[in-house]
Amino acid sequence: MSAQTASNQKTMSIIVTKGSLDWAYPPFILATTAAAMGVDVTMFFTFYGLPLLLKTLDLQVTPLGNAAMKMPVMGMHMGMPNVVSMLPGVDAAATVMMKNLIRKKGVASIEELRDLAVEADVHLIACQMTMDLFEYDVKDMIDGVKLGGAATYIEKALTANINLFI
Amino acid sequence: MADVTLDAKGLNCPLPILRARKALKDVPRDGTLEILTTDPGSVADFAAFCHTTGNTLAEQSTEAGVYRFVIRRTSA
Repeated sequence: MSAQTASNQKTMSIIVTKGSLDWAYPPFILATTAAAMGVDVTMFFTFYGLPLLLKTLDLQVTPLGNAAMKMPVMGMHMGMPNVVSMLPGVDAAATVMMKNLIRKKGVASIEELRDLAVEADVHLIACQMTMDLFEYDVKDMIDGVKLGGAATYIEKALTANINLFI
Repeated sequence: MADVTLDAKGLNCPLPILRARKALKDVPRDGTLEILTTDPGSVADFAAFCHTTGNTLAEQSTEAGVYRFVIRRTSA
């Protein structure tokens, strides 16, 4: 916590607003790396970022409406027209393909990065309002999650060296 | 010879850095940690890691697609 943070220690806060398989990466990569570099890190999970704190993760990715999502296929990069992306099963297939790439390329899973964040004492704050709004229960979330609101975040952000919104 | 060697070949960002941080905890002060990676991004990242954490990048070389770093633990 900030009171225990050495006065010369750098701090970082990240607002995590997205919980799809692809968008879960930037906040967890930056949080774990900053922690490894001696930074005191706070992650504030709100709206669609909140499910990233659930004990069991079931992350998906969708090509729908994502014009920049081009997957490597046989030496080329292939996008998907929205009219195809919307078909049943396409999201599931895209998710399997993405997870295979992640494994093949030596990229950590989100579960692994999240474990490393917990291990590195990254502060995890769940947005209380989002919990109420989408009817989540703190007992379904991993241990160590604290509840907080906008003021909790602002207090952290005012003294942080880096503040990110992802 | 380094005091500890970490094989991080095949791992992608940020795993080499995270594994190195963990391995460095077992290295005595002024001791050395050797890290082997295949991630081209690790060249810039280990320099940044050492610069920020107050450790010393004592050696860096590349051979047959494998990047080798030797970090001297000069931080607390």
